[in-house]
Amino acid sequence: MHMADALLSPAVGMTLWAGTSAVGGYASKKLKERIDDRMIPLMGVLGAFIFAAQMINFTIPGTGSSGHLGGGMILAILLGPHAAFLVMASVLTVQALFFADGGLLALGCNIWNLGVYPCYLVYPLIYKTWVGESKNPGRILVASLVSGVTALQLGAFSVVMETLMSGKSELSFSAFVLMMQPIHLAIGIVEGFVTAGVINYVRSARPEILESIAVARPLGAEVSLKKVMMTFAVLVIITGGALSWFASTHPDGLEWSIEKVTGKGELREAERGIARMLRRIQEKTAFLPDYGFKPEGNDSKKTEAAAAWPGIKAGTSVSGIVGAVVVLGMIVLIGIGVRSSRNRDA
Amino acid sequence: MSHHIVEFKDVFFRYPDGTEALKGVNFRITHGESVGIVGANGAGKSTLLQHINGYLLPTSGTINVGDLILTGKTRREIRKKVGIVFQNPDDQLFMPTVFDDVAFGPLNLGMDEESVRERVQKALGMVNSLDLQDKPPHHLSSGQKSAVAIAAVMAMEPDILAMDEPAANLDPRSRRSVITLLKTFKHSKIIASHDLDLILDVCQRCIVIGGGVVVADGPAAEILSNQMFLEENNLELPLSFQGRP
Amino acid sequence: MTFDEKYFDIGRLDRLSYRDTFVHRLDPRAKVIATMLFLFTVISFPKYEVIALAPFFLYPVLMMTIGEIPVRFMIRKIIVVSPFAVFIGIFNPLLDTRTVAVIFGVSLSAGWISFLSILMKFALTISAALLLIATTSFPGVCHALRRLGLPALFVSQLLFLYRYLFVLMEEAMRIIRAREMRSFGSRGAGMKMFVRLLGILFLRTVDRAERIYYAMLSRGFQGDIPTLKRSHIALSDLLFLSVVITCLGVFRFFPLTEGIGRLAQELF
Repeated sequence: MHMADALLSPAVGMTLWAGTSAVGGYASKKLKERIDDRMIPLMGVLGAFIFAAQMINFTIPGTGSSGHLGGGMILAILLGPHAAFLVMASVLTVQALFFADGGLLALGCNIWNLGVYPCYLVYPLIYKTWVGESKNPGRILVASLVSGVTALQLGAFSVVMETLMSGKSELSFSAFVLMMQPIHLAIGIVEGFVTAGVINYVRSARPEILESIAVARPLGAEVSLKKVMMTFAVLVIITGGALSWFASTHPDGLEWSIEKVTGKGELREAERGIARMLRRIQEKTAFLPDYGFKPEGNDSKKTEAAAAWPGIKAGTSVSGIVGAVVVLGMIVLIGIGVRSSRNRDA
Repeated sequence: MSHHIVEFKDVFFRYPDGTEALKGVNFRITHGESVGIVGANGAGKSTLLQHINGYLLPTSGTINVGDLILTGKTRREIRKKVGIVFQNPDDQLFMPTVFDDVAFGPLNLGMDEESVRERVQKALGMVNSLDLQDKPPHHLSSGQKSAVAIAAVMAMEPDILAMDEPAANLDPRSRRSVITLLKTFKHSKIIASHDLDLILDVCQRCIVIGGGVVVADGPAAEILSNQMFLEENNLELPLSFQGRP
Repeated sequence: MTFDEKYFDIGRLDRLSYRDTFVHRLDPRAKVIATMLFLFTVISFPKYEVIALAPFFLYPVLMMTIGEIPVRFMIRKIIVVSPFAVFIGIFNPLLDTRTVAVIFGVSLSAGWISFLSILMKFALTISAALLLIATTSFPGVCHALRRLGLPALFVSQLLFLYRYLFVLMEEAMRIIRAREMRSFGSRGAGMKMFVRLLGILFLRTVDRAERIYYAMLSRGFQGDIPTLKRSHIALSDLLFLSVVITCLGVFRFFPLTEGIGRLAQELF
């Protein structure tokens, strides 16, 4: 469910990082303005709580598969969107650093997928609207279920989009979506149950805790509906525009490397599947003012460039392989050398 | 010197849920005294301690610390004079490294970098933990954590040191180190504990709390050898006084 | 991986990060920047690039050997997180079947090449990320991030999380074990029990937060967590960074591997 660096392209990675940083900066600013001091240790320790909770595997009755708690929803309910977002971001950062669960460049994507959606979209629009101040366990359960499912569907869908736009995978949109969404439906339901379960449990065991946390929440931590929708619309437009602009550079890289690997000739066959879709995007974005790019003209230009590149022949691939073997061999030897010299010193 | 005085006058405290924890506590501790506070669980020891640095404010009555009367406004100032070491060091060592934890107090006092470093070195030296400076607290053993927690409080050079169960969870050697350390601390000491032998070893005076009031206040040796009295208050003789059959 | 295994795994990585070697002594900021540039360069390679990725393995190998990080440990961690990438990547050979080369009578499809590329990028990026923590303590990375511009509030959250991570995991283990001792063999926790365990852990966590807050107040806390500037950039750090940047540039834009390969072919 976490994006990996290997499947990511720099363009997508940077775009999502920019988006996440902007939200993070905004959340920090809002929080700093009127945070109650006691929130600071509480947020930190709740982050550790979410982390520990995520590490507890359990068996979903009946399905025999393992699931875990994402955490965004319950944090948002307890701490409000801004604090919850920062805590989620910290949890994901620690996961990325300690477990390599989700890459460091992909961290921007993961914080977006697992932080922004639950805290800034699903919580204010769905959960809060539905539950408000109600303490009714049933209502909380239903709201949590819907919220959990929605947040995870959004997250899963984003992973699909991020992978597709990065262009490293052959999966088609429909195949990928068909795989991701149902799995995350189950995960979302589990998250909903767990979220509601913990909240209801705490309310029945020690209700004053929920009250005191609510009191400590910064005033104005609630985000207005209209603001959320508008901000989101703007972000989507910017992101979509940026990504499609970047995606138009893919065909270059794609065709160029196909040529490198295959020599010429196979170029025409790369018209199938994703290359064709990207080509179409490329054609459409030819209208961008400063891009100055013509579909047909590009082909011939690139082919020439390819021919100019020293020695693109079938023989090149073989030297490539030989070279790789030599290089890797050398690296291994270097590694062993350093290792034994340190052992001698030790 | 008045700044080492702690005085409770008719202090009452009721928790929000209605529990009356302190029902008229009176005592006065002066410069350089070392006082043990003993009592059964629920007698009010911890609540009392939490008043000394103003975490809790009395429902009625007055508390004087040094020249100041404890109020919501003065408690910040009072915290500079009173250092409290809690039972669980994990709750007090909340910074990423030992150095950071010990430096936390002095930095909050507004000291400059040079002085802060000096204080840290001095405090860690006092508890023989200089070599632990760069370690994260979760790499330390219980005894080491307790020592560092004490250092973290000592770094603020408080006039009055209060401790809640200083030797709980410590192995005999660490416990002995803590006792030795406490004996070298010359300022006023207030130690709440179940470990009656520790109190006997460290404190000259002993206050017994029962049912939210002071039921005895006098020399530790006397009070802690009065078997009947101790048992009436759900306590018993210190182990070192209990004869072996 | 079971809970216990994960716990000891993080514990081990955490302990490794406090060792004292040349790479451990490098300034955290230099290592963070080097790592990010490394990651960026690796993933900037096009989909089918395999050959040019070879020299990049030098970075993790050097960091591991000079930093004295156990190789098997790293490999195991890489394998543990590989399922997602492998699962997605395996579709490449299945879907992209244009033959690209024939090697010794076996025809190789483009999909396998892109899959290999993914695997190599995966190994490189994961090891680089893990080595960042393995050679720089987590607080070190956090301070570097703060100096590099992240909001102080967020960084102090990270540090708190780190500090209480192990404490809470131990607490969770205790709760689980206590439960296991009373369950007399009924397998699996089930949803209800999981929720209850979480609830208990949550309550203890909130109580702990309160005690921590009290401890902070007692030592003068007024809202800002104070910090001392501690690390200074040394010549070795700048040297390290410039070497890394140069190599990244050379490896990325020059067909080094091919060149070496052709050289080797001519020699023999």
